[in-house]
This record gives sequence, C-alpha cells and structure tokens, in this order.
Amino acid sequence: MKVYDLPDRHGHFGPYGGIFVAETLIAALEDLRVQYEHYRSDADFQAEFAYELKHYVGRPSPIYHARRWSAHLGGAQILLKREDLNHTGAHKINNAIGQALLARRMGKSRVIAETGAGQHGVASATVAARYGMECVVYMGSVDVERQAANVYRMKLLGATVIPVESGSRTLKDALNEAMRDWVTNVEDTFYIIGTVAGPHPYPMMVRDFQAIIGREAIVQMQEEYGRQPDALIACVGGGSNAIGLFYPYIESNVRMVGVEAAGRGIESGQHAASLTMGRSGVLHGNRTYLIQDENGQIVETHSISAGLDYPGVGPEHAWLKDSNRAEYIAITDDQALEAFHSLCHYEGIIPALESSHALAYAAQLAPSLGKDKLLLVNLSGRGDKDMTTVAQASNITF
Amino acid sequence: MSRIATVFGNLLQKKRKALIPFITAGDPEPAMMVPLMHELVKAGADIIELGVPFSDPMADGPTIQRSSERALKHGVGLKDVLTMVEEFRKTDTYTPVVLMGYANPIESMGYEKFAARAKKCGIDGVLVVDYPPEESRDWVRNLDCQQIDAIFLLSPTTPQRRVERVAELARGYIYYVSLKGVTGALSLDLPDVANKLVQLRACISIPIGVGFGIRDGATAKAVAGLADAVVIGSRIIEEIENSTRENLLTNVYSLVKNLRTAIDEASPEHSLSIV
Repeated sequence: MKVYDLPDRHGHFGPYGGIFVAETLIAALEDLRVQYEHYRSDADFQAEFAYELKHYVGRPSPIYHARRWSAHLGGAQILLKREDLNHTGAHKINNAIGQALLARRMGKSRVIAETGAGQHGVASATVAARYGMECVVYMGSVDVERQAANVYRMKLLGATVIPVESGSRTLKDALNEAMRDWVTNVEDTFYIIGTVAGPHPYPMMVRDFQAIIGREAIVQMQEEYGRQPDALIACVGGGSNAIGLFYPYIESNVRMVGVEAAGRGIESGQHAASLTMGRSGVLHGNRTYLIQDENGQIVETHSISAGLDYPGVGPEHAWLKDSNRAEYIAITDDQALEAFHSLCHYEGIIPALESSHALAYAAQLAPSLGKDKLLLVNLSGRGDKDMTTVAQASNITF
Repeated sequence: MSRIATVFGNLLQKKRKALIPFITAGDPEPAMMVPLMHELVKAGADIIELGVPFSDPMADGPTIQRSSERALKHGVGLKDVLTMVEEFRKTDTYTPVVLMGYANPIESMGYEKFAARAKKCGIDGVLVVDYPPEESRDWVRNLDCQQIDAIFLLSPTTPQRRVERVAELARGYIYYVSLKGVTGALSLDLPDVANKLVQLRACISIPIGVGFGIRDGATAKAVAGLADAVVIGSRIIEEIENSTRENLLTNVYSLVKNLRTAIDEASPEHSLSIV
C-alpha cells in the first residue's frame, strides 16, 4: 500500500473536500488552518490533549469480545471498540476536547456548535463547561422536539440551545445557522464542527482528533489477539467515528466497511445513504457526495437514527469510496433495530441507534466467515438517548 | 463590449452611480418575475441581480432565506431561472442580468453546460457565493469561454494580498460585502467602508459595488458617494413580502425609484474607478 498523505495543502481528497465558503469566512479558516498546523505538532498541546482523553474522557476505551452474540451468529468473532464508555457516552467528546483546546489557545471565548441528535451538542456544552467558555448550540426545531432530554442536558451544562426554524429544521439547517453565526461573530467565536465535513481544515482536524480510536485499536488488537482484525466496520453519517477508526489503518490491507442509513429502504427514497445513492456536489464548505434532486437542491433525508440523518458525508469517505480503499453499504431502520435488540439481549449492552447500523452489517457478514475471523465494530455511542425512539418503534409509550 | 462594461461606461459619462437591485427568481411566484424585472428597470435599475433559489442558503439572513423558500415551493430551479431571463431578453437587450446563488445547482448542471445555456439565455455575469477564487479556476475558464463575467465577493476580512488574487480572476465588477454577517443585517459602518474602498481601488481596475446593510435612501446615497454601484437586496424582498399581487409592482417601483433619486443626489466627488 502506498503512502497516504491526504488531504493536500488546499484540503483536497482527490476531487473532494476543499474550501467552498463565502469570502467573509476565508480569513477565519486560514487563521484556523495556520494555528492548527502549528499545534498539530506542538508537544504541549498534544500532551494536554492526551491527558484530557485519559483523565476526563476515560480512555483508552476497551475492545470487548462479544462472545455470546458471536456464538449466536455462528461465524466470525465480533469485537466492539467501546466508544460508548467514554464520558458523555459517545466518540464525539474526543473531537470536542481537541477543538476546545485549540479555541482556548486561539483566544476565543465563545464556542458554537451544530447538533442533530444532540450528542455533539452535549459534547460541546460539556467541554465549554469544563474550560469556562460560553457555548451556543444550534439545533433544528424538529430535532429539539425529538431529543428533548439532550436539550435539557445541554442546558444543565450551561449552553444556550437555539432552535432553527429554517429549511427542513434538522441537522443541515442547524449547520447553516451555525455558519451564519460564525460569519457574524468571527472575531471571538470558534465553531466546533462535530463531524469530518465542512471546509478545510475541519475534515482533517476532526479526523486527527478522532484517530485516537484507530491508534488504540492497533495496539489493543496486537496485545490481545496478536494480530489485526479482518475487517473494520463503522457507521457513517458525516463519518467521524468511521474515519477515526479507519484512518490509522489506511496504509494496511485491513478491509474497511462504512455503513450508511438506508432508512425505510434505499428504493423508498427515504434514506440518508449519500455515498450509496448520492452524487458529487458542494454543500457546507466542501465537495462531496450529496443526496440531491435533479436541480441540485438538497433533499430531506430519513433515518431512525438522528446522528446519521444528514444529506452529505465527509469528503475523505467520498475519496475512500472512489479509490476503492473502503466499501460502503447501507442498513435499514428495521435491520438496525434488530441489531440493537440483539446486542441488548446477548451482551447486556445498549448501543446507540447509529452504532446499531454497524452492528447490523457485522451480523450479516459474520455467519459467512469462519470462527477464526475477527470483525472489529466501532460501538460509537451508547443507546440511552434512544429509549423513546426504540420504544415508539415497538409501539410502547411511557 | 459586454453589457456590464457598456452600462458602467455609459454611467461614467453621465457621472452617475449604478443601482443594482437583487430579487430572488420565482419569489413571490414565477409568473411575476419578468414583469418585476421590467419594473425594476423602469424605476431606474442599471443591472439586475437575480437570486437562484437554493435549499441551503448559508450566507443569507432570514429575509432572503424566506424568499428562497417561497420560490422553492413553486419548484423554481436553475433551469427555470435561465428561462425567465431568456423571456426578459426578448424585450430588454440592454440591462445586464447577473445570477447570484450557491454552487450546488451549478455543480449539478455542470460548468460547461451551464455556461453555454446561460450565454444563450442572455446572462451577463454570475456570482457564486461559495466559489472562492481558490476553487474557481475551472469555473472562470468556462465562463470566459462564453464571455460571461465571473463576479467575486470581497469582505472586510479579506487581507490585501488576497485582494490582488481576487482582482486577477474577477470580471465585470467586484461586489464588496460591506459588513460581517449575513444578508439583511442592520448596521453599516460608512467610514470603515470608505477606508476599505480606498485600499481596494489600489489594485482593482473594474468597478466596485457595495452591498449588505443598505436599507434606505440615506445609506444608499452615502454608499453611492463612495462606490461605483449600490446593491440592495433584503429591503426589496421585504417590500415584495409585504405586498399583494395587485400592488406588488407599484410598491417595488416606488421603493426603487426613491433609491434611484437618492443615489443620483450623491456628490460625484469620487469618480468611477474605471477609465
């Protein structure tokens, strides 16, 4: 495998990525790029980041062998990278800490964030409280209603949650509104983007902060199993947990599978599978695969998992797909729910609905492989936040 | 000579500044567009900026967002906007039309196909908010092939060395975004704009228009004293929002007419930068 050194200095992953923003933001992004490139190789910064990940987040997250579930499936062994055990219950905190540390060094006293399900909003509110910064979270008004508990969590942590009433009133509109805030308050404000999308340097920076997942996995696999897994499996909305696991493995031969949300089925048109069904376009500062109509308008997506309910995808995934380094497949709401219940039943672990998409693909793949094969699934978050959604899907009301 | 260059040339002779109104194509409804464009010209518009509706208008404030949503409810897309301009051109071959919008509808159509169709329909310039110069080499080449002007934005945060790079690619006129933030914002710092324009003129040879934050005759007049062109968007959209189908054309006419009068009162002490 040849050396992988993307993105290039303009933030391009092949034809994808780049900086597609209004002129007003160019200077701020240039400042961010210069500062990040400095701190990326700054020993003090990296040491503080490592300290926080260990003592505040609780890293390293273990790799857990799901023995009973694997035996039930009757094939490959399923291993879970337990990002659900992180402080705040998902991988999102890794990136939020990295960006907050950068914001502090850049002298920004105010952070803003967009959120869909609320996990990135909670992570941002958490780090803002931890470092004493003002925090404003934009959230589509539809999501505010769907995720009332997370809204309250953010408020408890001292953040201001602003419901967004424009467009489809979901994650993409929250991102638009956060961008508008940033344009207006660019001097004192740091925009903490939650996924590996947006203009350069965000996709690279978020990837670097999440790459701790894959770096730990390489060490843990060697220590505990004496070898690397046969495949990596992770869910992909914007794609930050997947890239965090994949990136340190890119130059290896380990198979990598990203799992998108097929929603009510690819053929129903109600899905969020950008890589599977979308085509190239420009949105939110980067060129990537987008779910769009014939006029280039972004269309509403659907997934039972709010964290995957996004019409775009990180540009590095677009490149990994085109270059055939990673495969991308899609899992429906029903398949994800089935995997959700299986993991509860066989392992006593309640997974996030996002992560349940990755689990569902592992459950499809495992029986076709020998018992000596190892599948490493990124269990990117815990499912406590999804109680209402799962209950509703089973026609249960509290 | 392009229509844009002709218009600025004629204005220079008359020592007048350009008035550039912005409306969103398809708002309030597609059938009103061509009459509305003619009404703008009748009221004194020199160039028309026509917004291409987009589902995710990241750089726009609530007013233009709403107008985009109204147009999208009628299913207005880039193809329809081109058809509207083609219709407008049947009776007006003088007034330049500049499309303003976001990248994805153009990405979706393809650069080459878009440029050819735009030329055929009589488009004179295109401003894509999220195509900064760094990502625009191919884009500008395709527009150049069809002799369509690539219009670029400059902002208060643009460093001087970058202004030079933008100046290299920019055609027609430069659109200076006079304040930070989104369209429709309220305050405008005139001395700041004046200072910045002096710096910009040092390396820009094409006309400079100023937009964002211009809401009434007084600010329009003040800006006209500094720049080559005054761009007004959100204020006109508000007028459209507050009108009925019956009084829409007369309301927009009198608003634009008043702005025209105010602009023409501006002292011509700062001559146009084009020679």
